[in-house]
Amino acid sequence: MAVLATLDPNSRAASRGWSDLTIRNAFILPTIIFLIVFNIFPLVYSLGFSFTNYRASVNRPAEFVGLQNYRELLSNPDIWNNFTITAQYVILSVGGQMIVGFGLALLLNRKFPFKGLVTTLLLLPMMLSPAVVGLFWKLLYDPSWGPINYALGIGKFEWLSNPTNALIATALTDIWMWSPFVMLLALAGLSAVPKHLYEAAAIDRAGTFYTFFRITLPLITPLLLIALIFRTMEAFKTFDLPFVMSTANVQTIAIRLYQMAFQSWDTGRASALAYIVLIVVLAITNIYVKYLNKVKER
Amino acid sequence: MAHIELRNITKTFGANTALRGLDLEVADGQFFVLLGETGAGKTTTLRIVAGLERPTGGSVLIDGVDVGDWSAAERDVALVLQQYSLYPRYTVRENLEFPLKSKIRRVEPDEIRARVERAAKTLRIEHLLDRKTDLLSGGEMQRVSIGRAIVRKPRVFLMDEPLSALDAKLREALRTELKNLQMNLGATFLFVTHDQVEAMSMGDRIGVLDRGRLVQVGTPAEIYTSPKNTFVARSVGSPPINLIDGAIRDGRAVAEAGFALPVPARGEAGTDRPLIFGVRPEDLLIERDAPAEARVHDVENYGVEKVVTLRVGDMLLRATTSARQQLDIDAPVRFSWRPDKVLLFDRADGTSLRQ
Repeated sequence: MAVLATLDPNSRAASRGWSDLTIRNAFILPTIIFLIVFNIFPLVYSLGFSFTNYRASVNRPAEFVGLQNYRELLSNPDIWNNFTITAQYVILSVGGQMIVGFGLALLLNRKFPFKGLVTTLLLLPMMLSPAVVGLFWKLLYDPSWGPINYALGIGKFEWLSNPTNALIATALTDIWMWSPFVMLLALAGLSAVPKHLYEAAAIDRAGTFYTFFRITLPLITPLLLIALIFRTMEAFKTFDLPFVMSTANVQTIAIRLYQMAFQSWDTGRASALAYIVLIVVLAITNIYVKYLNKVKER
Repeated sequence: MAHIELRNITKTFGANTALRGLDLEVADGQFFVLLGETGAGKTTTLRIVAGLERPTGGSVLIDGVDVGDWSAAERDVALVLQQYSLYPRYTVRENLEFPLKSKIRRVEPDEIRARVERAAKTLRIEHLLDRKTDLLSGGEMQRVSIGRAIVRKPRVFLMDEPLSALDAKLREALRTELKNLQMNLGATFLFVTHDQVEAMSMGDRIGVLDRGRLVQVGTPAEIYTSPKNTFVARSVGSPPINLIDGAIRDGRAVAEAGFALPVPARGEAGTDRPLIFGVRPEDLLIERDAPAEARVHDVENYGVEKVVTLRVGDMLLRATTSARQQLDIDAPVRFSWRPDKVLLFDRADGTSLRQ
């Protein structure tokens, strides 16, 4: 009996004078502290910076300049150009990932030998470090001895030194790396479609396309949208791949931000730009989330 | 409408044999019920007719044409499943339109509207037409799913326990509706169920399946009054038939439980051959001067009648009596049976001796 009593969690907690509420708070506290120190504090602090001409490299107090940073950034055609490049990159890479990922999911959504192994192998790119992926795709794209030019037989095609080509090449790498993510979500959606619906559709003499557009697609749209939200957010602030692969040629907004903050040490202005990016990303995801809710309600 | 014939159908799933040499014939316009327990092969039979499953051996004929290589769509059958299978996110109307909108069919929009309205009216779901299917109750969903079958005017209706997921009252109502529907349409129905009440009340003919074999086919009355063996005898009737071990001696049925009652003389039953006597509860009579004695074990009052469980030695027997008859638990009573209604089965293999 005594043994049982000590094993009872309630009596033990009670004997130490801990209520459920105390225990709950004890679990929540580390997270809250972490969030405040690493997320909320920098967020507020950089908002403050964005209204100053502060430079982290110079030992001089920050001067309040009002909305000057924002005004200059938004009237700078170069920044707008960075946004345009980022948008192109997002459309190319996320569009490609959705198509390839969903296609893979459709292919995998059936029984075949070694299905588990094939699925795992397909997921590998997603688990690699972006720096590693960037470095070895840089090798693959090498103009003089890269296997890609060799396989395509296009001589010494310059993939990464010309800005347009570099954008496409980086987006292709991103597609390779992140299609499995879309595939995983789409596969979860596909396997959740009840099999009897397909049987009912077959009996109802619905053709393959009709079945796909009337049953499969509507049922997995919510999951595809979630994949789309995640990938758009990530692609919009993409930094690692362009940075590793073609240091200056793919001028996405994140690359520009990095240069402004850590190469020119223009901290105040960089904070303002970071806030502009944050607002854009929030706006885009909000559109998706609204649409997602609408799809779910239907 | 159509005539269905299954010839020597065998179906195996890996090491399991679901159906063994099944022969089945459903006449045009007939309501045929396949009755069997879980795992007897009812659903497999239905899926083979529908074309969702290929038989391992044997052939399926619809209107005399071998449809073995035809897809489900080509066979032009309608299937109603226990789990409704409504297309989610669509309204009732869109669900009903679904089979008509497929490219293969090409039905004019006016015709589609007319057919949907007609089906909705038949099934009394007109007020639900613009509602999303996930807001419907079970009974409403099953009506919609039946509606989706009837808008198409298929050659055959296949129903896989369509009423099993519904509550008792609704099941009863839909049972009648389905039977009426079938008669009005003059349609061929192949209806699968494990519920003997559904089989008895709806079927023109019943086929009793036991572990992949069709044991007996007949009208509900035939199945009820002259079952081929004890399995069929047990599978219909509620409360179930009484099966009593015994033998015939001196022209009387002597039960091992320790009572003797008259039976009509039957040569093949022989003397001392181990038998099983089958007596339906309504043929077991509780009377004051009857030859056998028992004690009242239990009484269930259903209002219309009482089901009395009698105890003779270790054996329990069920009898139905008038609800007005007063019986006390453990009180001694005397009982007999209607000798001409007693069924004789061989004890070794359970087959009826009347056949």
